[in-house]
Amino acid sequence: MASDRNMGRRLFLICNYILLGLITLICLMPMWHTLAASLSSPVELNANKGLMFFPVGEITFKGYEIVFANPSIWKSYLNTLIYVVGGTVLGISMTALGAFTLSRSYFMPANTLMLLIVFTMLFNGGMIPNYVLILKLGLFNSAWALLLPAAINVFHLIILRAAFQGVPAALEESAKLDGANEMQIFLRIILPVSKASIAVIVLFIAVMHWNSWFPASLYLTDRAKYPLQIILREILIEGNTNMTSGGANAAISIYKSLIKYCTVMVSTLPILCVYPFIQKYFAKGVMIGAIKG
Amino acid sequence: MRALYINYKRHKMVYWMTLPVILYFVVFHYLPMAGVIMAFQNFSPKTGIFGSEWVGFQNFIDFFNSPNFIRVLKNTLALSLLDLLFGFPAPIILALLLNEIRARLFKRTVQTISYLPYFLSTAIIAGLIHDFTSSTGPITTMIAPLLGKTANLLSLPEMFRTIFVTTNIWQFMGYNSIIYLAALSRVDSEQYEAAKIDGAGHWKQCIHVTIPGISSTIIIMLILNLGQMLNVNFEKVLLLYNSAIYETADVISTYIYRQGILSHNYGYSTAVGLFNSVIGLLLIVSANYVSKKYSETRLF
Repeated sequence: MASDRNMGRRLFLICNYILLGLITLICLMPMWHTLAASLSSPVELNANKGLMFFPVGEITFKGYEIVFANPSIWKSYLNTLIYVVGGTVLGISMTALGAFTLSRSYFMPANTLMLLIVFTMLFNGGMIPNYVLILKLGLFNSAWALLLPAAINVFHLIILRAAFQGVPAALEESAKLDGANEMQIFLRIILPVSKASIAVIVLFIAVMHWNSWFPASLYLTDRAKYPLQIILREILIEGNTNMTSGGANAAISIYKSLIKYCTVMVSTLPILCVYPFIQKYFAKGVMIGAIKG
Repeated sequence: MRALYINYKRHKMVYWMTLPVILYFVVFHYLPMAGVIMAFQNFSPKTGIFGSEWVGFQNFIDFFNSPNFIRVLKNTLALSLLDLLFGFPAPIILALLLNEIRARLFKRTVQTISYLPYFLSTAIIAGLIHDFTSSTGPITTMIAPLLGKTANLLSLPEMFRTIFVTTNIWQFMGYNSIIYLAALSRVDSEQYEAAKIDGAGHWKQCIHVTIPGISSTIIIMLILNLGQMLNVNFEKVLLLYNSAIYETADVISTYIYRQGILSHNYGYSTAVGLFNSVIGLLLIVSANYVSKKYSETRLF
């Protein structure tokens, strides 16, 4: 009986390891294939139809040379950095401010305001009223159209508010006795002791802005303002690898696939490098959100 | 009111600090909510809300009478239900499987790699899907014997739902498992001991201790998912679909996008959006109600 159970247990564990190994492989494979393809020789790459574990043909960096020679990649990379930094600074300031005042027990309207804020998660005007609003505010074709509407995410506000509520009241009391006002308490006490939670929200906001493309496609008409994700859509989905001034042979169709793969690599490399280190903070944020939400 | 005034006098600074936050929610959330009155107008941005012609419920009647109504509603529900059916249990199963693993390095590696797709942008994911399902793509090549032909899979209406839902699982399974793993780590270890003493094997422990232990998390996630039923990941649909597969791929939000942003039918598309928001609100409130009634777990 006991050995039967042990046999069953062992069999289960073996299957479990194999299954989890397979899941891992499936999660990794598309990016691995992309990496291998981006280093392949273009002629062999175009003939290849299956999944690639290793580059085909002679390893070449030709695709990367073409991608790096494309000024719109560089320009949009820079734009994305500006939007990420701007959006994160604005976002964390507004979110922390709201989280602070709405977590103060002596702030009478806090609960009513919180209800009104949470309601916006359940019901919204929809895409078109938001679009018309941006038109009417004169934010069309401006970076503010990407940053302002995304300034506060209610989910982030809830997480941060919970974190601020957890700060011992004694800290605030003693500062008050020293004559500090609420702004000073916020800046000198609450923010410094909540560094870890702030860091989590900063990461959430930064990744959100890095990956965002839809608002930019709605509101930006000027190519010079396009973020990386819009250029990616042009190259990967609309198949427009015709780089306006990026090297004479870039338009030649044999490079088309190679350029796509290299573009994917170039634009995801920053995320691929940092995500293994930041994912634990994401996990933490999700958990705080789950417990408090 | 008087109490509020006294409170304001005492804590002026807090009130002023909240002002930008209130302004933000008024301008970017409550103004657009008020903007839904465009749904009852023949709206044009030139004449604005106050100058546009009122048409009553005409926009809604037009939508319900349009052949698109059934199509987008059916497609939206089909994608959400399939996603719920396959995408919702996937992270729970992954978390349960991971929970059985004792080798820490292996566990960490699986977790980290399974989070990877979540961090890729929608544009990258859609780009990869386009590439893998093109007529010479690896997925097309792999399933060609099953399909009996090689074609660009995104040009086949019968393939869209499968592509959308399987890639959704791929994208979100790892990341969504975090929440269940956290819940699993909070299950009381004494209960396992008690179950062992009662002679329960691993399988029985899973059914009688583990699953009940995380059931409240499962229910909360289910309510959240039900409430979001009509909001399929439409940015992904927008990057994947084309007019050849509207028959299965066109959802409410993409229809609003084409009608409102591309064709400038502002009033009409706002009406469709309002229909979407109202049904969404009803869904989340009723999911919450049902859950409160039967399991004491609720969201609000």
